[in-house]
Amino acid sequence: MKVHEYQAKEILSRYNVAVPRGKVAFSADQAYAAAKELNGTVVVKAQIHAGGRGKGTFNDGFKGGVKLAKTADEAAEYAKKMLGNVLVTHQTGPAGKEVQKVYITEASDIQKEYYLGIVLDRARQMNVIMSSTEGGVEIEKVAAEAPDKILKTWVDPLLGLQPYQARQVAFGLGFTGEAFKECVKLVSALYKAHEETDSTLTEINPLVLTKEGHVVALDAKMNFDDNALYRHPDIHEMRDLSEEDPLEIEASKFDLNYIRLDGDIACMVNGAGLAMATMDVIKLEGGEPANFLDVGGGATTERVKNAFRILLSDKHVKAVLINIFGGIVRCDVIAEGVIAAAKEIGVKLPVVVRLQGTNVDKGKEMLKASGLKFSVADNLKQAAQMAVASVK
Amino acid sequence: MSILVDKNTRVVVQGITGKEGSFHAKQCLEYGTQVVAGVTPGKGGTRWEEKVPIYNTVADAVQAQAADAALIFVPPPFAADAILEAAFAGVKLVVCITEGIPARDEARVKAGLRSTGARLIGPNCPGVITPGECKMGIMPGYIHKPGRVGVISRSGTLTYEAVWQLTDCGLGETTCIGIGGDPVPGTSHTETLELFNADPATEGVVLIGEIGGTSEEEAAAYIKAHMKKPVVAFIAGQTAPPGRRMGHAGAIIAGGKGTAAEKMAALTDAGVVVVKSPTEIGAAMTKALKA
Repeated sequence: MKVHEYQAKEILSRYNVAVPRGKVAFSADQAYAAAKELNGTVVVKAQIHAGGRGKGTFNDGFKGGVKLAKTADEAAEYAKKMLGNVLVTHQTGPAGKEVQKVYITEASDIQKEYYLGIVLDRARQMNVIMSSTEGGVEIEKVAAEAPDKILKTWVDPLLGLQPYQARQVAFGLGFTGEAFKECVKLVSALYKAHEETDSTLTEINPLVLTKEGHVVALDAKMNFDDNALYRHPDIHEMRDLSEEDPLEIEASKFDLNYIRLDGDIACMVNGAGLAMATMDVIKLEGGEPANFLDVGGGATTERVKNAFRILLSDKHVKAVLINIFGGIVRCDVIAEGVIAAAKEIGVKLPVVVRLQGTNVDKGKEMLKASGLKFSVADNLKQAAQMAVASVK
Repeated sequence: MSILVDKNTRVVVQGITGKEGSFHAKQCLEYGTQVVAGVTPGKGGTRWEEKVPIYNTVADAVQAQAADAALIFVPPPFAADAILEAAFAGVKLVVCITEGIPARDEARVKAGLRSTGARLIGPNCPGVITPGECKMGIMPGYIHKPGRVGVISRSGTLTYEAVWQLTDCGLGETTCIGIGGDPVPGTSHTETLELFNADPATEGVVLIGEIGGTSEEEAAAYIKAHMKKPVVAFIAGQTAPPGRRMGHAGAIIAGGKGTAAEKMAALTDAGVVVVKSPTEIGAAMTKALKA
């Protein structure tokens, strides 16, 4: 689960990570009041779930989702331009994202920028702290062009972060004196926050040394482990549904794993791996998948019905491919669900069904006898070919 | 021959009285697996289905029934604890089916197992099966057939698809292992390849990977250096968009890394027969074994 910058900073400040003071605003008036309260030069930052905001462009041509404002009036002016406007950055895709709130935060006098991030290193199966003196730019770019500029510190999951490791990071970034102490403190606090909130990515880019000599997290990004949200109800509450695809939200209500894509062949599959593989086969046969959908192991009539409804509410869809490998779930039960769903919803698009596994013959017979216009395929390749042919 | 499990494997099922555990324990028993004990804290001293004795702890089950493998069906918040309990009770093979365990718990458990010598398969996996001898998981038993090919996979139903083809081609399988779709699997592709490489009955290996992580690239490095048998591979997610979690917690292209293209290139470079479509797995293996 992703959260906004202002929410990440709220969480981090609970762990005593130094962040600039700030307030979220949903209107120009609120932005004005927040700037007045902060009393000085502020930064107005568009809050969307995507990076590259500063270099982004709004739909109306207005440039930049991060703006420096010297007065409260100026802050309100920028907020007005951003709110309700769609911001396109290199991470949003061409469609962009509508800005519904802005973060008003005190401006810092920057002496130097750094990068600090914590993520799970899957190869070593432990968290790695990545730090770099190349702050304010994309870390992927640094990793590709100057990998030696990234210092990696691995943290044993049983031991946790040790003080010497936090010192290593601070020394590695070249800090000295009071700033060194502040950096050590910040790294320790950041790691604690990452660990205790089940964050999967905690990124401070940039971390800055201010002209006054303080070490501050100027920006913050946190993603959380969906599997661990049950133990963080406060973080779960921060979920911003307006940032997500409405069909994906609808699917999640029924425990369906659904991800919308750009193509026109919808697919319904049991199992995530097989669902990905089905998309791949559609593409290989010259078609474009409209979605990823895993109906899960316990595919009941009810689930199949809801899955069908969600697939069909995507207006780009021209055909549906159902690929089920009946293992524990029997094919006749799936067929029953598909037939019931198709009858109830009144499917008008071509539907190709490929069943394999337990009770497959019975399932196929039921589909054929249903009176509905299903195309029944014998294998996945044939199913994909039939689906692709039906949209051409 | 086979790897990990055979007809002598003595299985204790943790969470045997739960809905999932009960259903699958029954299927395993019917397949012929020696399910010698169940564990449900508080229900020790009773019997499951009037047959299998239930114990309060895994240690009790190990002592009374000489269980040497544990099959776990407990819900995600308690699964990490269940894995550790089994490992510290002296069980050598722990298979965890549970989906949805927090990654932090998995990393902690994986590190904690170092001192026990226990091998963890999963979590979030279909389990392990040696056809005709022992089914320790949720896979449909009847699609398997004793034979010549080892199967390693991060996925469930996609593995069934591959197994179905191998059985259909008449090749059959030695052992099939679902290593699971989570970011921190207990056992990697590479570790299972090592086992298959050393198993005289296994003539070839089917490796099924998917986007995310670098497990397939590591496997490619091992194959290039050590593998003595033909390997056929398929990587799911060639069309998956970056930054999205494709069902499995581990199936995500992050920071431009973990794409299907990278994995396929690494495997091809290691001499693996990489098929673009999962429908070609059986035919490719038949050809590889004839060569």
